[in-house]
Amino acid sequence: MVNSANDPLLAADDLHLSFGSTQALNSASLRVYAGEVLALMGPSGSGKSTLLHCLAGILTPDTGRVTYAGRDLSAMSDSERSALRRTEFGFVFQFGQLVPELTCLENVALPLRLAGVGRRQAQGAAAGWLARLEVADVAQKRPGQASGGQGQRVAVARALVSRPRVIFADEPTGALDSLNGERVMQLFIAAARDTGAAVVLVTHEPRVAAYSGREAVVRDGRVREQEYAL
Amino acid sequence: MCIVAVMSVGFALLGLLESGPRHGYDLKRSYDQRFGQGRTLHYGQVYSTLARLLKNGLVEVESEPGDGPDRKRYAITSAGVTDVATWLSQAERPEPYLQSTLYTKVVLALLTGRDAADVLDAQRAEHLRLMRELTRRKTGGDLADQLVCDYALFHLEADLRWLELTAARLDQLAGQVTGHAAGQVVGQVHP
Ligand SMILES: Nc1ncnc2c1ncn2[C@@H]1O[C@H](COP(=O)(O)OP(=O)(O)O)[C@@H](O)[C@H]1O
Ligand SMILES: [Mg+2]
Repeated sequence: MVNSANDPLLAADDLHLSFGSTQALNSASLRVYAGEVLALMGPSGSGKSTLLHCLAGILTPDTGRVTYAGRDLSAMSDSERSALRRTEFGFVFQFGQLVPELTCLENVALPLRLAGVGRRQAQGAAAGWLARLEVADVAQKRPGQASGGQGQRVAVARALVSRPRVIFADEPTGALDSLNGERVMQLFIAAARDTGAAVVLVTHEPRVAAYSGREAVVRDGRVREQEYAL
Repeated sequence: MCIVAVMSVGFALLGLLESGPRHGYDLKRSYDQRFGQGRTLHYGQVYSTLARLLKNGLVEVESEPGDGPDRKRYAITSAGVTDVATWLSQAERPEPYLQSTLYTKVVLALLTGRDAADVLDAQRAEHLRLMRELTRRKTGGDLADQLVCDYALFHLEADLRWLELTAARLDQLAGQVTGHAAGQVVGQVHP
């Protein structure tokens, strides 16, 4: 069980970030605890994706600090940050994240291959994750031949295959109908809990947020974070 | 709110009797299992409902030797069958949802210079708490559980959509309910 008395695994402190004259983050702070599922909710344009990208070290805030396991992301070199993203983080987006020229199996195996794992071993692990997400049947298909729901399950499998400690999911069911979306969420959250990964789940859909353990609401670049009841 | 409201308990019991006569306790068990969802019937309610159905000629009693309430078996009459059929064929009146406590709270918060966003935030947290509980129950449940929980989840989601829409329009609403221009600070109405 997560508990706010512990140190957070990932923390954003007083982030500010502007795109030109648009202030996307305006003193945004957030804590993510190991193994928790945290929903980031809020209206469109409120800064959810920007905050997610800052937490994941994809964007660097103008001011403020992001710390992962006690390390300041902005103090790292670019290559250290991208190594961190490869080894410690997993990503699931709304769509368009799979490499169209590779089979689904190769897509899922890719993070392991990039980390230097041999082909046989990487594909074996990938096949296991595809089965866990109930999409073993699309292993040899290309992403374009899979349905939307299948594609998102493949994306979840790819995010999980390197056993990250944090999975960032930005509207992972946003392009799916509600029945497919529910199944993706059920399988995703069950698998993430099994591996002990924390999940930062951006969604504006309450029924998707209901798979989280706690929510934080982003509005005008600021976060209202729900505390754990101790 | 509830599909099987108090009004419909009688029809539900009648409908359950269509498959054959039953004792009151058996009928209660069957009702609770299918439709109870954490709000089971009291024996008193079952027997008073059956007494009403009996009086109206919709059920009849087959007594067994020994007597006492548990000795009675209830059977549906042909008038009862007709009643069930009529009830099923009639659409339920949609809930108009025009008297909302949450809307009242938001307007009163604005009128009294309190923070209406706090009202909405507190409600969002409470709704999500219940939605999580229902989602957990649904994930572990059979198809009947899933459908009952989804019915509740879709309704709660609708509340939350309204809540977000209202949150985005609070300044405008504040202007209208107090007769000031939108965005102005709303003062206390009491001297
Ligand atoms: N790359 C960008 N260039 C310019 N403006 C951006 C960019 N990314 C986001 N924004 C703006 O920043 C604000 C927050 O965007 P975003 O974080 O994507 O919101 P959300 O994910 O909550 O919908 C919005 O006003 C958006 O238009
Ligand atoms: Mg976004």
